[in-house]
Amino acid sequence: MNDEMAKLMVVFRTAPYGSIYSFEGLENVLIMGAYDQDVSVLFIDDGVFAIKKGMDNSGTGIKDFSPTFRALEAYDIEKIFIDRTSMESRGLTKDDLVIDAELIESDTVEKMMEEQKNFFMF
Amino acid sequence: MINKSPFESMSLDDCLKYASKGSAIILYEDGIYAAMAGTAIESKMNTVASDYKVYVLKEDLMQRGIDKLISGVTEVDYAGFVDLVEEHKTCSW
Repeated sequence: MNDEMAKLMVVFRTAPYGSIYSFEGLENVLIMGAYDQDVSVLFIDDGVFAIKKGMDNSGTGIKDFSPTFRALEAYDIEKIFIDRTSMESRGLTKDDLVIDAELIESDTVEKMMEEQKNFFMF
Repeated sequence: MINKSPFESMSLDDCLKYASKGSAIILYEDGIYAAMAGTAIESKMNTVASDYKVYVLKEDLMQRGIDKLISGVTEVDYAGFVDLVEEHKTCSW
């Protein structure tokens, strides 16, 4: 059964508040997780900003949804990856992030993308 | 005035092409990422901060959890933002 499951990948590539993409991506992951799909999650480019620690919405009033990323584990979504180059070029380290995920190099990202059946880009 | 991330948009570069030295540049929404310390564009931004008056909207920094800025940029709140807009001719990139 598991072998027949299509591999799906949700890719976060935009910053969290300038558009609705990142929030929609998170909802998408949670829905797929709830339906027991073979989902992996990848943060590239400005998507890494979505999981930055220390967001404080008291000035803007826009909901801070970064803590919800911590719920991914509870949905049995364990394949979570971050493109190292994207993270480092934005001055971030793993310690700056709200979730623990595996850092991968860009050529691994490329290989991983080839293995997927479908992508959902946000 | 720039509200797009410098990592995914040319807005900042386009603005710099036409803005005269000493002009005020306001970074807000995703534009604030340009003012972050430690990024790949930090050295470029240090030059920008010495050539222009760079302001960054504090509420957008807080929302995005950004607390380390390059030197030479000034944080403004919403009221300060309004003052700047009143004071200057504005152009959104």
